[in-house]
Amino acid sequence: MNILQTLRVAVLALLRNKLRSFLTTLGIIIGVSAVIAMVAIGEGAKARVEESFASMGSNLLVVLPGSTSLGGQRGGFGSMPTLTWDDLRAIRTEVPTVKYAAAQLRVSAQLLSEEQNWNTSVYGTTPEYFAVRNWPPSLGAPMTDSDVESGAKVLFLGQTVVDKLFGPNTDPVGQLVRMKNIPFEVKGVLQRKGQSPTGQDYDDAAFMPLKAFQTKIQGGLQQYIAGVIYVGADSPTTTTRAQQQITNLLRDRHHIGPGTDDDFSIRNLTELASAQEQGTRTLTTLLASIAAVSLLVGGIGIMNIMLVSVTERTREIGVRMAVGANPTHILSQFLVEALTLSIAGGVFGVAIGLFGAGRLAANFGWPVLIRADIIVISVAFSGLVGVVFGLYPARKASLLDPIDALRFE
Amino acid sequence: MSASPALLKLDEVTKVYHMGDVDVHALQGVSLEIPEGEFIAIMGASGSGKSTLMNIIGCLDRPSGGHYLLAGEEISTFDRYALARKRNQTLGFVFQNFNLLSRTSAVENVELPLLYAGLRTSERHKRAGAALTRVGLGDRLDHHPNQMSGGQQQRVAIARAIVSNPRVILADEPTGNLDSETSGEVMGIFQELRESGITVVLVTHEPDISAYAARVVTMKDGRVLSDRRQEPRRRAPAAAAEVSA
Repeated sequence: MNILQTLRVAVLALLRNKLRSFLTTLGIIIGVSAVIAMVAIGEGAKARVEESFASMGSNLLVVLPGSTSLGGQRGGFGSMPTLTWDDLRAIRTEVPTVKYAAAQLRVSAQLLSEEQNWNTSVYGTTPEYFAVRNWPPSLGAPMTDSDVESGAKVLFLGQTVVDKLFGPNTDPVGQLVRMKNIPFEVKGVLQRKGQSPTGQDYDDAAFMPLKAFQTKIQGGLQQYIAGVIYVGADSPTTTTRAQQQITNLLRDRHHIGPGTDDDFSIRNLTELASAQEQGTRTLTTLLASIAAVSLLVGGIGIMNIMLVSVTERTREIGVRMAVGANPTHILSQFLVEALTLSIAGGVFGVAIGLFGAGRLAANFGWPVLIRADIIVISVAFSGLVGVVFGLYPARKASLLDPIDALRFE
Repeated sequence: MSASPALLKLDEVTKVYHMGDVDVHALQGVSLEIPEGEFIAIMGASGSGKSTLMNIIGCLDRPSGGHYLLAGEEISTFDRYALARKRNQTLGFVFQNFNLLSRTSAVENVELPLLYAGLRTSERHKRAGAALTRVGLGDRLDHHPNQMSGGQQQRVAIARAIVSNPRVILADEPTGNLDSETSGEVMGIFQELRESGITVVLVTHEPDISAYAARVVTMKDGRVLSDRRQEPRRRAPAAAAEVSA
């Protein structure tokens, strides 16, 4: 008797009690669809967090200058410039795990186009900055080293600024924008980046080459950087090491002895991201384990109904044994019945889970991410539930004495 | 052992059931030889041990002591798998209450032994159809048991018993649920099977039915009380098939 014949016998037996088979399967259907939907929601939330951190920049460290301390009144970070251009060069060249480092200077300024004006943050920086932040232009050209060296009066606008100055869906490349009465040519529009994890709009910003910024907008501080340094480590795993190496380098360069506070600080955004991710992962695990419990309950339902079925069909088992079924035939028949119930439940559960996740995404705007491996695992797990909970009833059937089974009323 | 050994040979077979603290000696040393092609009836009152004897002959149970040789093979040492194979290939059962699978067509019921023998679907179907034709139900292959009379159901059961070409048919009170007319038809089929060379072992408590056998063994208290030969009562099987068809 091959597996196809066994399967056919099992399916026919299940179809004889359609409603009962369906109700038994329902437990697994609910369990699996819950797992699929819950994991999809959890993964969606995780993906959203990851995305918002990725939009800040990859493997990002931000080095801030230190604080002032005047007559016992201590200012916040950045209140006193302590980072020098030499520090920036040293970070770039002397720390092996650093891939990019760029200064970012900032003012708040009013920008004017032909028709409109808009107040936004204007940053002076170098091309590396865009590499650190994964932020290429969607229109026009990227910032180049020669833009910086020549002191070109060009601007790179965030999408929000473009919308406010030129209107949505316009191409402002080549147009003039005035700032402090100095005309700047729009050379590029940066890709839309969305919101920061704290809700700040990344696209409400304009960038210009560092030299033009220093000469036209904000007079420099000679050797000190009047801003922060963005650092990109070469991989997520080296970000924390890079942080340590930069700390050591800067303490050394600034002649800070042991036991004295740093005169700078480094923000490690990767750590923040992984902490957030950890949170959503815990949520996913929690949701999935609740769903798995319902799968377990479904399995108990299968076991229950298989035990009833074995008792009801004792005579049938006796007849099958009398005409030549051996214990393995009987065992596999009932096991395959349990498996058919649970796998059918798994397949329908996946379908309903996917549908439910889709509805949640469509109706409530929840971020939902379907993972193929979860689908495979769910179906496999429901199959496992079928085997585990089907084995005892099937074994009970196979161990029946043929004479007792034939006499059973 | 002689040149042509008996197909079934029981030698001092005993069977003890343990019912709690009490041991029930259902068989207390039964010796019996049944040559191939014999039609034998085992008679006895209830509790005489005839059903136990039947179960042992049918490889549904193993003796507690003694020897049972089926076609030269010692059965008492067989495991459940080997016993199942014997039941599948060498034996065919006919029960008092037919024991057909409900909501399953006649042909599928008859195919059942072939399913466990591992035959292909087309071969199973062909042989089941032939077996049903042989018992006069060639036109009722797709009928379900609940659409059939008792006599027809018992014929389906006989077709199931003979479909794998067994050497022995075991019939346990096969006419117990049938009226006398239908009983005669069913017994006619058994006689016909015997004529084709199949050994028929019939268990009954009705003298009318045992009259169709050529040899009658009477059991009492787990022992053979008498073993006699007789001229079997005849019934024309062809006519029987026509009446009920």
